[in-house]
Amino acid sequence: MLEIKNLTKIYEGGVKALDKVSFNVEKWEFLAVIGLSGSGKSTLLRCINRLVEPTEGQILWNGVDLTKASQDEMRHIRRKIGMVFQQFNLVSRSKVITNVLAGRLGYVNPVMSLFNRFPQEDLKMALKEMDRVGIANQAYKRADELSGGQQQRVGIARAMMQDPEIILADEPVASLDPVLAHSIMQYLEKINSEEGVMVICSLHFLDLVHRYADRAIALNEGKLMFDGSPKDIDDVKFKEIYGKEAERIG
Amino acid sequence: MKAPRTLLKSIGIGVAVIVILVVYAYGFRVTKVNFKETRSEDRLIVLARILRALAHPDIIEYEQEETDVYLPFFLPCPEVEVVIQKPDKSRPYLTSSVSCGDSKETIFLEGFNFEPGSKGPINFITASDVKLQLGNFEADSEGHFQLDIRLPTRQPVAEAQTIRATARVNVGAPKFTETAKATWDKIIETIFLALLATTIGTALAIPVSFLAARNLMTEVKSSLTSIAFTIIGWPLGIFFGYWANRLISEWSSPIASHLIGTIATVIVAPILAYMLIRWALPQEELGVPKKTLQAARMITLALSVVIMILMLQQAALLAFKLGQVLIDPLGPFGFLGNFVSQLGDVIQIITPLIVALIGGGALGSITSTFGQNISDRLAGNTVKIINLISAAAAGALLFALIGAVINWFYQIDNPAAIYYWPAGMGALIGLILALMSTAKDPLPIGITVYFIMRTILNAIRSVEPLVMVIVFVAWVGIGPFAGALALSLHTIAALAKLYSEQVESILPGPLEAITATGANRLQTIMYAVVPQIIPPYISFTMYRWDINVRMSTIIGFAGGGGIGFLLQQNINLLAYRAASAQMSPSPLLWLQWIM
Ligand SMILES: Nc1ncnc2c1ncn2[C@@H]1O[C@H](COP(=O)(O)OP(=O)(O)OP(=O)(O)O)[C@@H](O)[C@H]1O
Ligand SMILES: [Mg+2]
Repeated sequence: MLEIKNLTKIYEGGVKALDKVSFNVEKWEFLAVIGLSGSGKSTLLRCINRLVEPTEGQILWNGVDLTKASQDEMRHIRRKIGMVFQQFNLVSRSKVITNVLAGRLGYVNPVMSLFNRFPQEDLKMALKEMDRVGIANQAYKRADELSGGQQQRVGIARAMMQDPEIILADEPVASLDPVLAHSIMQYLEKINSEEGVMVICSLHFLDLVHRYADRAIALNEGKLMFDGSPKDIDDVKFKEIYGKEAERIG
Repeated sequence: MKAPRTLLKSIGIGVAVIVILVVYAYGFRVTKVNFKETRSEDRLIVLARILRALAHPDIIEYEQEETDVYLPFFLPCPEVEVVIQKPDKSRPYLTSSVSCGDSKETIFLEGFNFEPGSKGPINFITASDVKLQLGNFEADSEGHFQLDIRLPTRQPVAEAQTIRATARVNVGAPKFTETAKATWDKIIETIFLALLATTIGTALAIPVSFLAARNLMTEVKSSLTSIAFTIIGWPLGIFFGYWANRLISEWSSPIASHLIGTIATVIVAPILAYMLIRWALPQEELGVPKKTLQAARMITLALSVVIMILMLQQAALLAFKLGQVLIDPLGPFGFLGNFVSQLGDVIQIITPLIVALIGGGALGSITSTFGQNISDRLAGNTVKIINLISAAAAGALLFALIGAVINWFYQIDNPAAIYYWPAGMGALIGLILALMSTAKDPLPIGITVYFIMRTILNAIRSVEPLVMVIVFVAWVGIGPFAGALALSLHTIAALAKLYSEQVESILPGPLEAITATGANRLQTIMYAVVPQIIPPYISFTMYRWDINVRMSTIIGFAGGGGIGFLLQQNINLLAYRAASAQMSPSPLLWLQWIM
């Protein structure tokens, strides 16, 4: 279980991106994070694996406070937290397989990995993960030769190589067309339901939230505005989350 | 309302024009601009001669056949008329307008029946056999030439003297001159000098460029405890490493004295080290290892490092000996043997350095982790006390070391001034830092290293390689090796700057993604940074290689070997045709590289 308690992040310029945010996520849960642009969704996700250092608050994962972990400990913890990005963040000049194998870097022998040597089991695992998202035949292409949808699947395969217990997905489908968006979301859904991986996913479209998320939290200017089932986002809640002028579409 | 502004404006422009004029006038004065000189006839003659010489590089020559043709001549005219024999008109002969004359008189000289196209000097040969050049001739297609010559100033002599025309014709195939051959040797030397400098420079500039890249360094933060422990750890580690290397080489001297022992070590040691490392660094690590296991691994790693040092020493020795032995049997490929032996020698020289650095790095990182653990685990007040002590110690050590370096340069040799005062000052700075900072706060050590690195690089880059070579010549003697070292140093500084700017412009996304997988810093750099910077690194390296070839031409002027050495000599000797031979390969070289 992941417990976020009073999480606050104030950036160096003085922007309060998160303001005393508290919520819990159960294992097996698919949590959607919604909110306007700039509301602090990315900051929240990055605080969980400490790519961004929280200013205050606690992040308890199975009772361990991640905010207190040393850098070394944090590296070990990050291995179990996969991350998927809006811009895919692949190393575009490297091969697809190298990008996928990079998910194992936290586990493998650091010296061997510097020479691009990975254990046999990892290679097998990489093929399996690529197969799961349907890109096994692209393994030896350069990452930037792939289409956006394919690149995001590489991103998911990379995260899955970490054998994660949590996947943080930061607007994973925002730069894809609706059809591709659904296929990517379905992969995440499958990983969540079949492997029991906790998924925390920030999303812009409410229909995606309704369709895939078990639960949703909403941020507005860093404050938690909503925490509950997506069904419960009625018109009043919607206006609270997205502002008075916002119109519901679809 | 409008008028004053326009007036002001015109005054402004007027002042600006006057200022510019004054600046240029002063510029003319300091650069000693002198257009009269450019029109001076003497200068123009000299200029034409040099330009013509430059246009005739001394590269190709022919075997030449010389024919001397003589004409008796009286200087001054004798009292009694002397009948001069008619020349044999079937062979080359000379005639002059007069058969005798006075000093400085101009006479008209004609030559007939010469080999068409032959040319050569015309000399006046005195009774005492002194040769005085009067001019040069070139026979036309009929073998005829004519020119005015001015008789030399000589003491009067009664008997006949001689005017001699030496006709030279090229025979046989053209061949390269000695200058051309020497130039060719030096071209090779120059190119390899540049190659070596570029290689060494690139190899060292790459790691340095990461330390000088802002985006990689800003994130590196450490607690004061960790920093202080690292500062203490590094010099100690360097000392231990140096000492360990000495110990290992003394202890292994019985092995080194037998060739078999050396060879066996070179073969067995890497296998052993590999197996130990394989055990100490398992292929994959799922959980967090126990403390005892970690300790056992550390010891194993240390052991494998010792074995590798031993191997390095023995391999260097072996290469050195082997190379020496191979030089003779290899005949024309003896340079390969020499290369191997030089390589061995280089490894022998730098092994202590490498081992010392490994020691520094190892102990530095151990103490750094230890310091970080202290600051992570212990209570704030305890950490504060430890900080006060360790920061003071680190400051003292650092400043005393700096003092020692300064002392080496200036030979002050006063312990109070070079050790005690700086140490005290360092300790004070450390104390203040420890007092002011909150005990566990991470300090921006990365960006500090970044600034120090940048400063050093800028300082090195601002020194001309031409100046550096003077220092290296003092160290390793005149020759291309000094040039290669000087160019290498300059290349490191110049490339590291260009490289680091490339690192700064990479996309941050992949870096973030790889960090998020739990990769360590080195892995992150290898997987997220390196693939992004390979293409610009290659193009900058090529660009630098280009510069180095050019610079290695110039560096010879200061004793750095290569073609510049010859060029400078010939320019000083006013041997412009030879100098031209050494200048002409440069454009050729460029042509080659463009293609
Ligand atoms: N590195 C940073 N330094 C300073 N301020 C930042 C930084 N990153 C984000 N912010 C600020 O923090 C706030 C929250 O940003 P964040 O990126 O978390 O929003 P978001 O909800 O992910 O937005 P989007 O939907 O556009 O991705 C914004 O006001 C942003 O300007
Ligand atoms: Mg965002």
